[in-house]
Amino acid sequence: MIEKTIISGPVSSNAGVFSLVKLDGVVEDTAVELFRLSVTRLPEDVKEALAKAEEKETSEVARKQLEAILLNVRLAEESGRPVCQDTGMPNIYLKAGDRFPVLGALPGILRRAVRRATKAVPLRPNAVGPLTRINSGDNTGEHMPYLNWSIVGGDSLEISVLPKGGGSENMCSLKMLSPSQGMKGIKQFVVDSVFSAGGQPCPPTILGVGIGGGADIAMKIAKLAIMRPLDRRHPDNEIAKLEEELLELVNGTGVGPMGLGGRTTSLGVNVERAHCHTASLPVALAFQCWAARRATARITRDGGVRYLTHRRRA
Amino acid sequence: MPEPVLQTPIAEEDVRNLRMGDTVYVSGTMLTARDSAHRRALELVKAGRELPVDFRGAVVFHCGPIAVEKRGRWEIVAAGPTTSTRMESLEADFLEATGARIIVGKGGMGDRTTAAMQRLGAVYCAFTGGAAVLAANAVKSVKAAEWLDLGMPEALWVLEVEKFGPLIVTIDAHGNNMFTDLMKDLEMKRKELYSRIGVAQPGR
Repeated sequence: MIEKTIISGPVSSNAGVFSLVKLDGVVEDTAVELFRLSVTRLPEDVKEALAKAEEKETSEVARKQLEAILLNVRLAEESGRPVCQDTGMPNIYLKAGDRFPVLGALPGILRRAVRRATKAVPLRPNAVGPLTRINSGDNTGEHMPYLNWSIVGGDSLEISVLPKGGGSENMCSLKMLSPSQGMKGIKQFVVDSVFSAGGQPCPPTILGVGIGGGADIAMKIAKLAIMRPLDRRHPDNEIAKLEEELLELVNGTGVGPMGLGGRTTSLGVNVERAHCHTASLPVALAFQCWAARRATARITRDGGVRYLTHRRRA
Repeated sequence: MPEPVLQTPIAEEDVRNLRMGDTVYVSGTMLTARDSAHRRALELVKAGRELPVDFRGAVVFHCGPIAVEKRGRWEIVAAGPTTSTRMESLEADFLEATGARIIVGKGGMGDRTTAAMQRLGAVYCAFTGGAAVLAANAVKSVKAAEWLDLGMPEALWVLEVEKFGPLIVTIDAHGNNMFTDLMKDLEMKRKELYSRIGVAQPGR
């Protein structure tokens, strides 16, 4: 089990005046709040990109789709209700400082947080046994919530949630290209995938492309790519250029908002890469729907919380 | 022309009058059904058993809502459409077995459904994917929650709706399918993009 392999027990009992029991509570409350924020309020960069897309559309049908989307986003914010009924699977990403206490307790804490958020927000209970199809009723289950760990230096914990819907998830795909297919092969794979996905992943989408690594790593970094804000290009110029080129190609497909035709098929394409075997060229494509929900908070060892993606209202 | 509001139960004539590209609204009773509810309805009909609600002239919404129960009453919090292609293998038989007239979903449906709709007198309408609060605002009450053993998303929700929409008719009862038409147009674009990339053949 993934949850047991990392670190057992609090790293240090010397947490100063702030007790570990209290810190448990802070982490749990923060995770619940992250789910609430993410499903009810889209990140600013996504909202801006949707508004720009609406201005650019010339087709009446496409504009109507984006108008409905923008109105829906506003209504969700005002009423505190989830933007989309598919509140996704509880994907959690942790950047855990090696000196943050309660690391070993995080799997339990976050499982409790998912249960609580399911009731409190509410989230739709989506988690079912893959073969029995029996719904657990609270979004938890075997390997769920799935924790993506990275251990970093420091004494704070950064939690990101990516509650991603099933419609876009069903369109994700991986291709093990031959190295000689190179850049052309990558571009063709992306374009072909966007054509065959059509309206199913709820365009305008955000695309995450993972190049290299291995089969699993390519998809992992593709998912990380969709968490990057739309206004940030890859630091490497060559990859940044590829991101722009891919976006132009994808919007050249004409699939458009909700697959009904139009100028904006994707709001952005983010690429991540990893070194790979000399015999391979893995490429993974992660689709994210327009309701690109994500939220991040940083918790310090003394229980201080800062929300990095959302401004909280009093 | 004002955009029509159709009242359930929908008559065959009403759907035969609709054309691809029309915008409509519906009022009355709307039923939700995803993969599992389609399968269960088909099993029951096949076994000669009764369905818990009358599907004749019904509006069937491909949707798994978020619902909350407050003091014994269900309320719909969010209710956008789900991807309709998952029901493609079931829809033609479902229409035949139930007599439903309007299917609402997102992402479009295929040739088999289009042919069944033409034969039986039914249409497919697109509601903006993800617009769950907009959709929920048109739901006035929950009349019944059937088949809850399938889980909240897959259950058969019986909803009272008022002016639910806007819905765009993307498959009409005359064999027209906006999605297949669009895909044909897009094939031209694919060729253009391939030449920009510098590849000749579809990838495999």
